[in-house]
Amino acid sequence: MLKMRVIPCLDVKDGRVVKGVNFVNLVDAGDPVEQAKLYDAAGADELTFLDITASSENRDTLYDVVSKTAEACFMPLTVGGGVRKSEDIRKLLLAGADKVSINTAAVNDPDFVKQAAQKFGDQCIVVSIDAKETSPGKFEIFTHGGRNPTGIDAVTFAKRMAENGAGELLVTSMDRDGTKAGYNLALTRAIADAVTVPVIASGGVGSLDDLVAGIREGHATAVLAASIFHFGTFTIGQAKAHMVKAGLEMRLER
Amino acid sequence: MTVAVIDYGAGNLKSAAKALSHAAKATGEDVIVTADPDVIARADRIVLPGVGAFAECKRGLEAVPGVVAAMSEAVLDKGRPFLGICVGMQLMATVGVEYGEHPGLDWIKGKVVKLTPSDPALKIPQMGWNDLRLRQPQHPIFGGLATGAHGYFVHSYHYLLDRPEDLLADVDYGGPVAAAIGRDNLVGVQFHPEKSQAVGLALLGNFLRWNP
Repeated sequence: MLKMRVIPCLDVKDGRVVKGVNFVNLVDAGDPVEQAKLYDAAGADELTFLDITASSENRDTLYDVVSKTAEACFMPLTVGGGVRKSEDIRKLLLAGADKVSINTAAVNDPDFVKQAAQKFGDQCIVVSIDAKETSPGKFEIFTHGGRNPTGIDAVTFAKRMAENGAGELLVTSMDRDGTKAGYNLALTRAIADAVTVPVIASGGVGSLDDLVAGIREGHATAVLAASIFHFGTFTIGQAKAHMVKAGLEMRLER
Repeated sequence: MTVAVIDYGAGNLKSAAKALSHAAKATGEDVIVTADPDVIARADRIVLPGVGAFAECKRGLEAVPGVVAAMSEAVLDKGRPFLGICVGMQLMATVGVEYGEHPGLDWIKGKVVKLTPSDPALKIPQMGWNDLRLRQPQHPIFGGLATGAHGYFVHSYHYLLDRPEDLLADVDYGGPVAAAIGRDNLVGVQFHPEKSQAVGLALLGNFLRWNP
């Protein structure tokens, strides 16, 4: 039976790991390659790097980090942040990423996802959907770290991305990100129920029960979290043990 | 001793080569990423990685002159151990039906068709860790592994074997799905050993030590 996945996410800026509340007040918390090795040893099911380097001149640090990580960790690695061109995807895959997540570029040009899926294969294209609940049950896509509204309905967009060949959707609730209030389960579920591709729940994890809820109530097949793992609130092992206790199918060996 | 990882533009080439090199630290093989037919024909072992669509991969393989012939010479004539990974495994089929019907290498009789799990709630692609049920646990590539070990899967199509005796392991995904297949000096795995942490590295090490 397929197991549910626990995915730690490392926010990387200029080659260093950072993670903050609502994308401000960034706190430096280490070397990404060392962090990746720790997560590998702890039995994380996958690893995600989100590059939040603003300037393109510092982008090359990312390829170096990805390459060093891929040499040390034999687990699936997804890299996102600033992916705008086919060339960006090619470089990340060549550096050793297994999947690349596309965010703003997918909003600006949905056909970019289609072209990328055709060129590199559906399985390595993740579309990262950042949404806010603008009124009860209505979810809108936001870009630029949650600052820019787009007027695009998140569920409609998610369906289109799946049709365009996205192999997986990473659904982040921007109003929850960094708050520890739990995933926006209505958002996760609305999208997961609307598409046939796997959905990763993201944004707002504060407790281990939130991870369980992401799958049980959000209908995601993977849960992503950053801060709770990163600052040692919980280990991957504790998260998985808790999820097993709640009756979910998890992989416990590594 | 050399292991040729066939270079035909497949997206996960680097991952597969890195993991093999890591596993080869214990066995001492040289892992060579190559599209050179001479190197392939002379290699002691052949690994064919692959991700993406069946037809696209087949086209990529055939686009490099002499590669298919060199692989066939090494694998079918000289009996060198062969490992196909994901679409690299699927390419051993008689035919694949992803985006139209396309002939495969026809090394292990069967057809590659879309996953149709009995439970409609199951997602396509199958993405993540699934526990292997070893159907031929004595096979040397499973040394040190047992039923219940997990492999990392990413696929929307699966291999329907003509001959049940070619099945080495399967997983349950709304019905049985071939996870490892093989005959004689050929093996193929639907999952990604290069991404399957300790289980994957063990399997790659077993392949490097395998003398069929």
